[in-house]
Amino acid sequence: MTPETSTLKPEPLAEVVIRFAGDSGDGMQLTGDRFTDVSAAFGNDLATLPNYPAEIRAPAGTIAGVSSFQVQISDHDILTPGDLPTVLVAMNPAALRANIDELAKGGTILVNSDAFDQRNLDKAGYQANPLEDGSLSAYRVIQVSMTSMTLEATKELGVKPRDAERSKNFFALGLISWLYTRPVEPTIAWIDQRFGNKELVRTANLAAFKAGYNFGDTAELWEHPYEIAPASLPPGQYRQITGNLATSLGLIAAGHLSKLPVTYASYPITPASDVLHELSRHKNFGVRTFQAEDEIAAIGVAIGAAFAGHLAVTGTSGPGVDLKSEAMGLAVSLELPLVILDVQRGGPSTGLPTKTEQADLLLAMYGRHGEAPMPIVAASTPSDCFDAAIEAARIALKYRTPVLLLTDGYLANGAEPWRLPAIDDLPDLTVEFATKPNHGDEYWPYLRDPETLARPWALPGTPGLMHRIGGIEKQDGTGNVNYDPHNHEKMVHLRAEKIARIARDIPPVEVDDPGGADLLVLGWGSTWGVAQQAVRQARANGRRVAHAHLVHLNPFPANLGEVLRAYPKVLVPEMNLGQLSRLVRAEYLVDAKSVTKVQGLPFRAAEIEAAIEEMI
Amino acid sequence: MADDTAVTFSRKDYQTDQEVRWCPGCGDYSILAAVQLLFAEIGLRPENQVFVSGIGCAARFPYYMETYGIHSIHGRAPAVATGVAIARPDLDVWVIGGDGDMLSIGGNHLIHALRRNVGVKIVMFNNQIYGLTKGQFSPTSETGKITKSSPFGSLDTPFNPVSVALGAEATFVARTHDMDRKHMMETLRRAYEHEGAAFVELYQNCNVFNDGAFETITAKDTRADMLIDLVHGAPIRFGADGEKGVILNEFGECEIVAVADVGEDRLLVHDEHRADPSLAFAISRLAHVPTMPTPVGVFRDVARPVYEEAVQIQLAAASERNGPGDLGALLASGSTWTVD
Ligand SMILES: Cc1ncc(C[n+]2csc(CCOP(=O)(O)OP(=O)(O)O)c2C)c(N)n1
Ligand code: SF4
Ligand SMILES: [Mg+2]
Repeated sequence: MTPETSTLKPEPLAEVVIRFAGDSGDGMQLTGDRFTDVSAAFGNDLATLPNYPAEIRAPAGTIAGVSSFQVQISDHDILTPGDLPTVLVAMNPAALRANIDELAKGGTILVNSDAFDQRNLDKAGYQANPLEDGSLSAYRVIQVSMTSMTLEATKELGVKPRDAERSKNFFALGLISWLYTRPVEPTIAWIDQRFGNKELVRTANLAAFKAGYNFGDTAELWEHPYEIAPASLPPGQYRQITGNLATSLGLIAAGHLSKLPVTYASYPITPASDVLHELSRHKNFGVRTFQAEDEIAAIGVAIGAAFAGHLAVTGTSGPGVDLKSEAMGLAVSLELPLVILDVQRGGPSTGLPTKTEQADLLLAMYGRHGEAPMPIVAASTPSDCFDAAIEAARIALKYRTPVLLLTDGYLANGAEPWRLPAIDDLPDLTVEFATKPNHGDEYWPYLRDPETLARPWALPGTPGLMHRIGGIEKQDGTGNVNYDPHNHEKMVHLRAEKIARIARDIPPVEVDDPGGADLLVLGWGSTWGVAQQAVRQARANGRRVAHAHLVHLNPFPANLGEVLRAYPKVLVPEMNLGQLSRLVRAEYLVDAKSVTKVQGLPFRAAEIEAAIEEMI
Repeated sequence: MADDTAVTFSRKDYQTDQEVRWCPGCGDYSILAAVQLLFAEIGLRPENQVFVSGIGCAARFPYYMETYGIHSIHGRAPAVATGVAIARPDLDVWVIGGDGDMLSIGGNHLIHALRRNVGVKIVMFNNQIYGLTKGQFSPTSETGKITKSSPFGSLDTPFNPVSVALGAEATFVARTHDMDRKHMMETLRRAYEHEGAAFVELYQNCNVFNDGAFETITAKDTRADMLIDLVHGAPIRFGADGEKGVILNEFGECEIVAVADVGEDRLLVHDEHRADPSLAFAISRLAHVPTMPTPVGVFRDVARPVYEEAVQIQLAAASERNGPGDLGALLASGSTWTVD
């Protein structure tokens, strides 16, 4: 049997939301990734939501150990990984139990029935077998003996049964690939390549994948497979991309555009580590990565590299930002370009390392002693991390300031198709270094550009421009240590004014208002897609709702006050307890209200839509 | 980076227009003079020198050097200096800090810079006190020290900074003191010449909060008996007539003996270049408080790959292997598809 023999005519579907769920050791992330990759290459629009425990090996078979991967694929432009899955692939009882409440009623459950033995049922906390007690009658349940069929398919290969069993995720992938008429060649090629140096694993995975596919074709569990046609996306070259990868590529691009070497200093932390991993692979772009002894050292190294003329970046998540705060204040005082990446996760403290949250906004805004303003740029979608990284670097370099770049766990690990930008369309970030004295025959490190208020950047090694900078208050112009009360006041105002003026240099916030709306949904960061989806749904129900989204959180776009005042009602969806709404209320005296969610998971469109309904 | 052109420099070339603000009589003045004189002697171009410091009296040092400089935050100077060194391996990077700065809040960064062998010259001014915060005990203060924050005597056991640096396997470790300009300059010159991380503990008198801490060993009339000068390749001996010496006992520990009692041949011969730091460590254990005979000079000077050079080698190898970075190709890597 070869997988290419599918004979049944597929029925077209506009979209499907599938959740793959299993034990952490079951390879669900990999299965989801493969399905996503193939669908992306096939031309679907898509969005993903990986969700996994913080423990590397959480107790097998338990609810705590369940790992899942949700993906929506469609034949049209979509914005989210979908509210509720319509298909749940459950590899064991715990996976079923942990996810069943979120499956849409009438949805399909595809279970590995071999895993529903007493032991696993006990571990999942089931009193009775849900496959037998009728509790799943609201769903279509399809039981497949995935483990035994995988063992059967691999038994001739000489793989030990224990190892062979581990290929069952490929059986599931094969079956789902058949069900949604995915091309099989890319997955076969991928298995060949990925497991090329482990012959037994390669052949076992391949056999399991083909067995799953063929089983779909022959078992008549469904009358026919389904097909989701390619989406009509704007013309161009596409790839699939996660937020962390897009951030990494954006930083490399910023180095290219500024013609500066990139130094990225970091200390490993979930969910930011992948940026360190990715950047460390690209040394041929002149990227230096430095794995520091802690986050304080990481930003220290970045500050040193910035002083020496590099595009300096330090990346971390919330706990690391806490540690960096003193050094961030130093960077504010030194007025050196620096990008600080915060891939936000659930807090406080260690919180939810692998889950998403947006609760570091006020930390980014105010989390330093003294008046220490810093621009904040937040990415909206996984691929937007690329543009956000370039924008953060642009502001840092032009204004000689540290800039906070906010993404979050959802963006970091979520994936979507990305239309590759034309390199020529990317902004020019070139900087000019000081080459000669700027005040008679002296060099004054704090003699500012009258327009941007940025100070000059003179590289060590340049004759005649020797200077000392430090965290002690300094005299404007000369940069000499200065404790004069009026000078300090002047410097505090100058540092604030410099950041405030960036508002002149960023685009106005755009409002999506079909006309006559009296409620504005104002979002920031990763809520963009789901907020837009909710707004579209509300409009479909006849509601008049406008939508605006912020990329720049400090300073705000110059027109934001005007925009907010144009709407009697402002609703701010955010994954915190109301941090953006607090900022806009304070800044513009508008009665903005938040709809909040802090479950470590992104909003569902329905949740925001309900808040719109309630408020309108 | 010494300069090969014929320009000559004087101390003045390294002095800034800023008023030096240490207390009158502070040991920091003599260190500043020694560094400036050394730079002039070697002929170092000011623009190629970068001073990075943390916070403390000692850490004000960069403001007084007409070079590039960053006065950073408490304890973090080794990290900041590492960043400069990685970005500009062609420059000379110096780190200045106090005993609190380097061994208390910044102990972590210190040991990591040393183990990585980043080519920075770390000079720790040890006055065994927190000067800038007005006199609390520091991680090098002797146990039982009475200060404002330890009115009944501090309970802490002090670090021996040289032992700490050797424990971190620093490739260059030395000790000198502010009462002997020649010795300071010679020791700092050796640190400068060393390729890789250099750690110099510099005994410095804080005449306001810990006056005379090192007097027993550094006063001119006692030095001969209290300072054990380490000379590479020579038996370790001291005293006005070299009558005292150091031997290694059966446990591998150093002991002070009368040369007459053991014979010259039993004396330990100092070897800066031993690959293993154990012997240097044993020598560093001779003195726990600066009222005992104390070894000074270079404890260790060995070669190991220099961090920032290794970084450059990896960058070059990657370019060699993959060609220079092509952004367009990078963005389009992995599987891509085209929508018409
Ligand atoms: C984060 C932080 N904590 C505390 C201080 C206060 N502080 C400044 S210098 C110093 C200790 C200075 O002692 P040392 O490093 O030995 O330098 P010295 O003044 O003796 O030269 C302390 C605790 C600070 N500046 N920053
Ligand atoms: S307090 Fe001590 S170390 Fe600080 S300047 Fe005065 S004498 Fe020197
Ligand atoms: Mg001190």
